[in-house]
Amino acid sequence: MTHSMFDVERIRKDFPILSRELPGDRPLVYLDSGNSSQKPSLVINTMRDHLEQHYSNVGRALHVLGSESTEAYEGARDKVAAFVGAPDRDEVIFTKNATEAINLVAYAFGNPTGTDERFRLGPGDEILVSEMEHHSNIVPWQLLAQRTGATLRWFPVTDEGRLDLSGLDELLNERTKIVSIVHQSNVLGTVNPVAEVLARARQTGALMMLDASQSVPHRAVDVAALGVDFVAFTGHKMVGPSGIGVLWGRRELLEAMPPFLGGGEMIEAVWMDRSTYAPVPHKFEAGTPPIVEAIGLGAAVDYLTGIGMADVMQHEHDLTVYGLQALGEVPGLRIIGPETAEERGGTLSFTIPGIHPHDVGQILDDRFGVAVRVGHHCARPLHLRFGIPATTRASFYLYNTTDEIDALVRGLHHVQKVFG
Amino acid sequence: MIAESLYQELILEHYKHPQGRGLREPYDAEVHHVNPTCGDEVTMRVKLGDGGKVEDVSYDGQGCSISQAAASVLHELTTGSTVSQSLAVVDEFTRLMQGRGQVEADEDVLGDAVAFAGVAKYPARVKCALLAWMAYKDAVVRSSA
Repeated sequence: MTHSMFDVERIRKDFPILSRELPGDRPLVYLDSGNSSQKPSLVINTMRDHLEQHYSNVGRALHVLGSESTEAYEGARDKVAAFVGAPDRDEVIFTKNATEAINLVAYAFGNPTGTDERFRLGPGDEILVSEMEHHSNIVPWQLLAQRTGATLRWFPVTDEGRLDLSGLDELLNERTKIVSIVHQSNVLGTVNPVAEVLARARQTGALMMLDASQSVPHRAVDVAALGVDFVAFTGHKMVGPSGIGVLWGRRELLEAMPPFLGGGEMIEAVWMDRSTYAPVPHKFEAGTPPIVEAIGLGAAVDYLTGIGMADVMQHEHDLTVYGLQALGEVPGLRIIGPETAEERGGTLSFTIPGIHPHDVGQILDDRFGVAVRVGHHCARPLHLRFGIPATTRASFYLYNTTDEIDALVRGLHHVQKVFG
Repeated sequence: MIAESLYQELILEHYKHPQGRGLREPYDAEVHHVNPTCGDEVTMRVKLGDGGKVEDVSYDGQGCSISQAAASVLHELTTGSTVSQSLAVVDEFTRLMQGRGQVEADEDVLGDAVAFAGVAKYPARVKCALLAWMAYKDAVVRSSA
């Protein structure tokens, strides 16, 4: 097994921030990677090197720096395409983040400048999401429904925190034009059964999108093997910088879609009264893109590939098993999400009776240097579903250790003492 | 440690044993305030009497210890006081909370609310402390209208 080669202490040394101390000589215990991950030296140095030695605008400058920048930027696209198994590198669109990627797709529906039947949307048509979505995979579709008169529907979530597919055939029907669900939940950790939903979508003719913001960083994701139509993810959760995200889409669909933002570099020719557009991916990359961020994402992909995504997933699975067990020993603690590590990632959200998550997070941070996220994690409808205003969330990544989970549990015992 | 200056015993006491909690009749105005960043919320009713007397301040809500304890302390400080006295306390409390830990609290004006001084050093928690107090100010304005 290559798993035995996984050396978390060596990996931790790749991330300079993990060795810093917090005020009061406390070590940092970073359990908030589901929010945003830390960056390895490879990413930091690649971005610095580009700024120091190669930086210029891309795609339009003919000089040496222009071509070096363009080569690095387009090289990052090649790396990302290979990382997620995109059949065609031009199917990788750089966006600002996953949110923009989802909005880009939503904007293609019911858009008068588009002519393709698959994107026609109006009253009587349906959009399908789920109750476990991040706001970024809810609000763009709400806005689309408001613009077009289409109906927004959603899969419910079971008490265990799984997608409730009992109504699949009715919810995903001939009126459904697009179904967009999260691949791995940012609150529950649940990994959703994509194939089952996709099979139904293929029966009815609906397009299918995945929000893979929490899966691409943590497991090997192959978009061709998944077989869906669109996949969105973001750089900053996968050891890359913020400000860069990715939309992968089937080329044939991307070509059929109208442009999203208009401006420089997305055109072929412009007259005062009309324009023609560049081929994909540039049709969707108006304006100067986040150049150094894209190159940083390319380095992040190099880093993760060097470690091996199978090993990353195995390590996080081990942490999840350990974490579920350890948290289970905190009196009264309730896990919101699956209580076993099967089809589940290392995102552990929980409540403790009588103690608000903000108080939990504050004491964990102040006394123990344990950084977790508290609140509704941009998934308010999911929290309403469970009848709770907020949760505390610990999320693991390749650089976390069982010692850090022990520190979390020690912190929680102290929290209970303060509020007991 | 740092947290101990935030979680003063008095705050924890009010959180565990809130004073005057629960919505009561009669009232002149009812307001509902929320803190959208963390979901804390408070519903507050104010009943005013002759001569600007604050006869009752009743409330209900959910949220962190800071927000709930702040509502409890507010109830104690305002009920039985006058509108003008209580608004002076609100102003002083607001000044303290927005002072980023640099403002010296006037204990004569604030009474028990001085226990929240440590909150001012935590910008993310200042809104929690102020939630009920802003709701009170709003309710008083509506009652007097």
